[in-house]
Amino acid sequence: MITIAVALSIILLLVTLYLLFRIQILASIFKGSYRRDVGKSNKVNAVLLLVFFFVMGGLFIWSFMDAKEDMILPNASVHGIDIDQMFWLTMAVIGIVFVITHILLFVYSYKYQHQDGKRAYFYPHNNKIEIIWTVIPAVVMALLVFSGWKTWAKITSPAPQDAVVVEIMGKQFNWLTRYPGADNKLGVVKHTLITAENEFGIDLTDQNSADDFPGEPSAFHVPKGTPVLLKIRSRDVIHSVFLPHFRVKMDAVPGMPTSFWFIPTKTTAEMQTETGNPDFQYELACTEVCGRGHFAMKTILVVDEPEEYKKWVEAQSKKTFATTLQGGGSDSAAVAVNSEAGAASLATKQ
Amino acid sequence: MSSTDISLHKDVHLEHDDHHDDHHNESFITKYVFSQDHKVIAKQFLFAGIFWAIIGGTLSSLFRMQLGFPEATFNFLEPLLGKWVEGGKLNPEFYLALVTMHGTIMVFFVLTAGLSGTFSNFLIPLQLGARDMASGFMNMLSFWFFFLASVIMFYSLFLETGPAGGGWTVYPPLSALPQAIAGSGTGMTMWLISMALFIVSQLLGGVNYITTVINMRTRGMSMSKMPLTIWSFFLTAVLGLLAFPVLFSAALLLIFDRSFGTSFFLSDIYVAGQALSHTGGSPVLFQHLFWFLGHPEVYIVILPTFGIVSEVITTNARKPIFGYRAMIGSMLGISVLSFIVWAHHMFVSGMNPFLGSVFMFLTLIIAVPSAVKVFNWLATLWRGNINFTPAMLFSVAFVSLFISGGVTGIILGNSALDIQLHDTYFVVAHFHLVMGSAAFFGMFAGVYHWFPKMFGRMMDEKLGYVHFWITFICAYLIFMPMHYMGIAGFPRRYYTWTGFDTFSTFLDMNSFISIAAIAVFFAQLFFLFNFFYSIFRGRRATENPWKSNTLEWTTPVNPGHGNWPGPLPVVYRWPYDYSKPGAPEDFIPQNVPYSQTQSSNLPHERDEF
Repeated sequence: MITIAVALSIILLLVTLYLLFRIQILASIFKGSYRRDVGKSNKVNAVLLLVFFFVMGGLFIWSFMDAKEDMILPNASVHGIDIDQMFWLTMAVIGIVFVITHILLFVYSYKYQHQDGKRAYFYPHNNKIEIIWTVIPAVVMALLVFSGWKTWAKITSPAPQDAVVVEIMGKQFNWLTRYPGADNKLGVVKHTLITAENEFGIDLTDQNSADDFPGEPSAFHVPKGTPVLLKIRSRDVIHSVFLPHFRVKMDAVPGMPTSFWFIPTKTTAEMQTETGNPDFQYELACTEVCGRGHFAMKTILVVDEPEEYKKWVEAQSKKTFATTLQGGGSDSAAVAVNSEAGAASLATKQ
Repeated sequence: MSSTDISLHKDVHLEHDDHHDDHHNESFITKYVFSQDHKVIAKQFLFAGIFWAIIGGTLSSLFRMQLGFPEATFNFLEPLLGKWVEGGKLNPEFYLALVTMHGTIMVFFVLTAGLSGTFSNFLIPLQLGARDMASGFMNMLSFWFFFLASVIMFYSLFLETGPAGGGWTVYPPLSALPQAIAGSGTGMTMWLISMALFIVSQLLGGVNYITTVINMRTRGMSMSKMPLTIWSFFLTAVLGLLAFPVLFSAALLLIFDRSFGTSFFLSDIYVAGQALSHTGGSPVLFQHLFWFLGHPEVYIVILPTFGIVSEVITTNARKPIFGYRAMIGSMLGISVLSFIVWAHHMFVSGMNPFLGSVFMFLTLIIAVPSAVKVFNWLATLWRGNINFTPAMLFSVAFVSLFISGGVTGIILGNSALDIQLHDTYFVVAHFHLVMGSAAFFGMFAGVYHWFPKMFGRMMDEKLGYVHFWITFICAYLIFMPMHYMGIAGFPRRYYTWTGFDTFSTFLDMNSFISIAAIAVFFAQLFFLFNFFYSIFRGRRATENPWKSNTLEWTTPVNPGHGNWPGPLPVVYRWPYDYSKPGAPEDFIPQNVPYSQTQSSNLPHERDEF
């Protein structure tokens, strides 16, 4: 019953609107404004454009200021400072262009609206002006390119030798991490060796694997103030590692390992104080569409003080893949010996 | 049939006045369905484009409901969506399918086929003074291949496993593995077949546009006297002709990977409990191939609107376009550069960082010709005598949207800044303003402006104003706030962000965006009503209602097959003699010889023949 009533009232509304539309046309035919080339509505629209400029401009400024707090994520990496600085500098440059061109666009539209008896100014070209406004953007672009190059080259330069290496692997729909252990070398992995237990496909015959250990399933740790090299992989489809607070993003591509290094500058605890949020966590999100669970593919990165990190590594490194996969066969001393020998003989393997 | 063909040949190839028989012998089928008349084909593309725009808009309204109101239940959608709504909740895979199909439909079916197909077909012969396209038959095939592609794409919406769902960029391995997402099954197969047919349609159309522009200009219509619309359609067709075959090759290799066990894009994959035997392929290779089309594609979308907007602005400002040659030069520059910037979509794809720096340089250069175009439009408005028709309003708004969306391209083109912003809502906001909204506004401007020539009647102005203002305001209300979310890092293609503390801000803003998006969708009903009502009952148009200079306005109100009843018009001057000092009227059409306008001729202007 209600549906019919709703449908009926919608139909009645539409009919009313249609009749109003017809009446408006008939009225304008009667008034003679129907056939005039440039009618009153020209002025109305010119004024509306100006109103639009001020109202929407005001709304933009207000909403931008209002959202600023939420918009700018606190930054926790060294290169992130460069990126943020360049971002706001570029925003200022484009902001100036945006404002000037919009003032001209809307003011010209209002000022040069049609007036009876007036004639437009025949002005087909002016080479000098055109050269000027080609060269100025070119120079500004050149400056932006140059500063962009410098930052990009710094960020993508090879990681320092002493970087802490963490492997992060994406799979539908979670992230897994692996640490290289005392030898600082990750063992060989093969996708054909992957099972429900051996999620990385670790080849246990490779000596370098012997001391490799996983991060905790829900979170992985890195120390503050040291370069961290993320070795990024995927085992099924493309994922993308995104650490918004560190200004870090890199795709995880099956069959093609990638990497990204950065220096964390604030521990999780420090960030909890800074943001005033005791539950603050550094979240890692997937930013390349990867299927049904894409939106929920998250893990936590914990940044520790170097001493805490050392403690965490000590505890975590006892849970090597070798022990968990082989049911805890070898003791840790033997593993250390093995891994040193392995490091010598299999130095080429990564 | 044969008699029709004969009369057609006369129309197309002879310049005699032999036209008294051209409306005989045409059945409904040859006149309206399998027509070879460019004007009818243009309308076919327009109607198909409108159909697809409604579908694409509906899909976006559905996923905006999910994004704006993640906690709400949508039981009322069950009659429409069936099992894609589970207990009032949208299925996350269906959400991805919605996003994918929205992108595919809008980019290819609306803003490529609907836009170029309509206006290139309609205006190239009319503005060049030709009786029809170089090959009417190929032109007809172009539409019907597009129609076939449309049918297949439309059918894929109703598959049980859903349409393609891996994003409109269909990156493998996701798009290659039905185990990874259900949409990569039959849905993806149909997507690939449909796109292959679509590319065939584009190539048939493109060859025709280029040939017609080069060969079939009327006497006096040198390349340097062509309207900017024709220049833009010409360059668009060249871009399409060079870029679409690369997408075709990518699609073909993807078909091989999917169906015949090759490994072009697949390597070392373990999915759904099984290690695949593919080895040695590169997913990044697909991205290179895709974006080699994909980047020119955004210019295929926006270039025609450059032409349309230039034409509408100059006509309604009653002023010559400022810097005609600079406008052509900047379009040429953009066309060339558009082929060598593709990898700016891939800064964080894992490709060599050195490539990133090269592509950053090339990408930021493309801002220069774009800036020149904006300055020239502004200079055209300066000291004009502006008549705000709905088409003109849409054109002014186009310039605004193009600036707003364009400037953020300078940020995204910078590889260092792209690290943070890649695949966030900042990108969504950027391209929806600069190529989504702007291209739509250019298309609306074109429809309002050339409607009288298409249907012999005028659209209602008042309804046009209402349509314009709601659409313009909502375009900004939707996409401006998306920048804020993007700066905060909100990733694209997320079903909901509530799982992340980092992205749990802006809940109200998302609801607000959704309300604006759904409102603007319904505001298009004003346009639809106006469009269809005016076809049948609009005020009758005169031959040249906008007092415009280009040749299409020298045809009868309803141009027949062959366009001009008498001999073809001869062109003596460029198309922008508006408000020329000394002239009695404020416009001088292209077919008026200088010998008739002694009072307004500049010193160097005299007839060449």
